Amino acid sequence: MVRPADEQIWQWLSEVSDPEIPVISVIDLGIVRALRWTDELHCEVTITPTYSGCPAMQVITENIQQVLQSHGVQTVSVKTQLSPAWTTDWMSESGKQKMQAFGIAPPAQQASQIAKIDVSALISHASVDIPCPQCASLNTRLISQFGSTSCKALYRCTDCLEPFDYFKPH
Amino acid sequence: MNSIAKNEDLHNSAEVDSDTFEWLLRTGDNVLILSQRLSEWCGKGPVLEEDMALTNVALDLLGQTRLWLSYAAETEAQDRDEDSIAFLRDAHQFRNVLLVEQPNGDYANTLMRQFFFDSWHYFFLQSLLNSSDVRVAEIAEKSIKEVSYHLRRSGDLLVRLGDGSETSHQRMQEAADRLWTYTGELFSEDPLDQRIAARGIAALPSGLRESWTKHVTQVFQQATLKMPAADAWMQQGGKHGRHTEHLGYLLAEMQFLQRAYPGAEW
Repeated sequence: MVRPADEQIWQWLSEVSDPEIPVISVIDLGIVRALRWTDELHCEVTITPTYSGCPAMQVITENIQQVLQSHGVQTVSVKTQLSPAWTTDWMSESGKQKMQAFGIAPPAQQASQIAKIDVSALISHASVDIPCPQCASLNTRLISQFGSTSCKALYRCTDCLEPFDYFKPH
Repeated sequence: MNSIAKNEDLHNSAEVDSDTFEWLLRTGDNVLILSQRLSEWCGKGPVLEEDMALTNVALDLLGQTRLWLSYAAETEAQDRDEDSIAFLRDAHQFRNVLLVEQPNGDYANTLMRQFFFDSWHYFFLQSLLNSSDVRVAEIAEKSIKEVSYHLRRSGDLLVRLGDGSETSHQRMQEAADRLWTYTGELFSEDPLDQRIAARGIAALPSGLRESWTKHVTQVFQQATLKMPAADAWMQQGGKHGRHTEHLGYLLAEMQFLQRAYPGAEW
């Protein structure tokens, strides 16, 4: 087989969906950091974990291998890279829209603008409006700082009364 | 003469490596044991949201444990991986501080233990961001994002419950007074810490005390809680393998499967 172009590989990777949020891909999530051919037949994909304990990473690794192999790439290895640490700022705009349509509110803030290094920011918190993904109301309330997975918090809309997941800026 | 000098070099480099290994165990065991303690709440939290929060924090800490202990296993270059390090050591071989092995107790006790630890953990990781060991700096960069969220949450709850009802205030104060004696060990140091600091891998533990005390004092004030005496007697020994009796029971549960069915895989 002729070695496929890198653009083609990126295209195929966008078929690999997140196991927890099936409407978005690993490309939308921004976790694929690099592609490298170690030789004519061996493609190495570098990914970065979202949260260090995220159980989806193993499944994602297997899915990347499976999808690329189904397109004829002979050998696929997946390498994990910690630094620079993943941030929700790397999520694609279309990914955020798909997430919203799926009923999960996407991050409402740039993570890079939340001071993490200044501890005082961890005491006083500026409240940010999280729009309800169902009715777009800004009258929403935090129910729980953790939701169904590490990357989400639980909110409730006080207008349409629906609870919803919020993908936290990280 | 040459060969003697060479032998000395070898000896020194072996010691240097065992220092790193030992320091990684201390670091990894802290998060491993606290993660195990928190997961004991799974299915038993006072409300569903708290149950999810504690188990999510436990999961973050477990992920961090894997990063630290797999690095430790590589440093040691023997036939062990992060699993065998976690599941096949006995209590005296664990290097975590005594604070993290303390039983969950009531919810106030769990939260106070978490707040004391998160506050330290945050400043500890911050000090590692510029570590001379690139791998250490990378793990810290990854972990601090998670830990800043943990600290925000435990601080919030401390204020809510400390400045809450008469009962919640009283319980939080009792938890602070009970656990205080285990906080000093976070800042204690020995020659190994000094050698690690001299190599630029980590800051001296004592150097974190000021920021920690300042943050804890500030949150305690908001929570209307009284800071226990700064010069109180402090327990220590965990970093050298001298643990409270609680650790053995924790390990009995955590290690059961690998002890009963050696080599079992998921």
